[in-house]
Amino acid sequence: MTTILEKMDMSNTENSLFETDKNVVYDIKNLNLWYGNDCALKNLNFSIKENDITAIIGPSGCGKSTFIKTLNRLVELIPTVKTSGEILYRGTDILSKNLRVEELRTRVGMVFQKPNPFPKSIFENVVYGPKIHGIRDKKQLLEIAEMSLRSAALWDEVKDRLYDNAYALSGGQQQRLCIARCLAVQPDVLLMDEPTSALDPISTLKVEELAQELKNNYTIIIVTHNMQQAARISDKTAFFLSGDLIEYDETTNIFSNPKDKRTEDYISGRFG
Amino acid sequence: MNNVKYFDDSAVKKRINARIIINKVAKIVFFVSTLFALMVLAVLLYRVIVQSIGWLDWQFINSKLSIFADKAGIKGVIAGTGLLMLVVAPVTMLLGVGTAIYLEEYAKKGRLQSFIQTNISNLAGVPSVIFGLLGLTVFARIFNLGASILAGGLTMSLLVLPIVVVASQEAIRAVPGFLREASYGMGATKWQTIKNVVLPTAIPGILTGSILALSRAIGETAPLIVLGIPALIMPIPSSIMDNFTALPVQIYYWTLDAVLVAEYANLAAATIVVLLLILFAMNSVAIIIRNKFQKRY
Repeated sequence: MTTILEKMDMSNTENSLFETDKNVVYDIKNLNLWYGNDCALKNLNFSIKENDITAIIGPSGCGKSTFIKTLNRLVELIPTVKTSGEILYRGTDILSKNLRVEELRTRVGMVFQKPNPFPKSIFENVVYGPKIHGIRDKKQLLEIAEMSLRSAALWDEVKDRLYDNAYALSGGQQQRLCIARCLAVQPDVLLMDEPTSALDPISTLKVEELAQELKNNYTIIIVTHNMQQAARISDKTAFFLSGDLIEYDETTNIFSNPKDKRTEDYISGRFG
Repeated sequence: MNNVKYFDDSAVKKRINARIIINKVAKIVFFVSTLFALMVLAVLLYRVIVQSIGWLDWQFINSKLSIFADKAGIKGVIAGTGLLMLVVAPVTMLLGVGTAIYLEEYAKKGRLQSFIQTNISNLAGVPSVIFGLLGLTVFARIFNLGASILAGGLTMSLLVLPIVVVASQEAIRAVPGFLREASYGMGATKWQTIKNVVLPTAIPGILTGSILALSRAIGETAPLIVLGIPALIMPIPSSIMDNFTALPVQIYYWTLDAVLVAEYANLAAATIVVLLLILFAMNSVAIIIRNKFQKRY
């Protein structure tokens, strides 16, 4: 099986992110990351599988957000960041200098802690991605907007006011709009950085249900402070502590039978 | 449990009157300071308006310059100032906003960036006469533009450039990081992010700064005089290559010649009123823009 895939890889000389179809989406090897002189991620080694929801948990400041922003290289917006090691995204090292981050970020969408729609109309928000990639045809854009808003379970709530300002929506709707905005470029991976931390319980539930549905078509990596959330929706869970990956396993194992004492202490609420 | 008295109430009673009086004195001192500025403005306006009464009418605004005070008008002078602004506005906007975008979005934060930044601030402190000398040397002589509107406009653009740069930088810096993250996270390039997210959000601040810069340019006299605008009856300019005179320059020459013809002082006063009205109008537009577009996110 692997040999056939490898052969397909060999025949494909172009080093593009849009090819290949392996089961492993991210393969992280010896990843270290520094902010100036502070080491924020320490020698991480693990891999993330296709169509899984992978939850990243851990106390504040443990490097969860840093890690997830490394997966689409958004962490580089902070100028003092240095990295070492490799992150293979479907076989391509995304930490390589030659990588075009614009291409990576098209394949790997991100939803942020605080809903961050643009101060534009709902429609303009959803079609932002397609537009920057050069799609101009109004009819096609409308189609994309409808599909994406349907996938984000928002269409019925906004179909009559697509041209209203996105800030007129509630916080929960704004967050689903941000998810729709990501889906509009049909990415491969969805990164979610504490997507429900600013939402009320009902909106949180909607986003969780949405994540469950989306995992059929997307690989989802979600950072969360909420252990119940990790237990409810994820397939795999990674526990981070001060930049180290302490434990990474099936979510059921992590929550029922943690191997490391520190994991046990954290999930049982003894610290963090 | 805690009955130890460590705070003496009588101390409060002893000082309270003095403290309240000092507060009142402070208020009066600061009010008088404010009043002083207001009084100066009021006296200035009063003198100018009184002197211009009977002189400021449609005939004054719509006639050509003349050596005869009762025939003289400032149609050509207004045209000169207008054309001057037509040069200054696009040049400062393009160069100023461009510089601000480069410094805020593209330049690596480091020595070079802080060196440029310091120099822009220094440039803002250079006296306007010096800019006049620069314009005379570079635009009037080397580029052979003479004392034309183009030469004056370019000189004036350099003079107000730092104002536009600094205001635009502040506006760009105030664009929240989460909007940039959203755009970069979608795979947008830096320029797409600037064009679609940063500039639309920063535009009110940029426009306000630009209008204030233009208000400064419209009232500047020294650089134009150094550039060599003659104290003559200038014809109405029709293109930016023509020689010209502008409102503040005309005010200066009429005031200067008031020792020869007393009525010139009235003409100067009437011109000042026109210039002030234009300035107030521009500043009002700046305020309206700022209020209308204030944060919606």
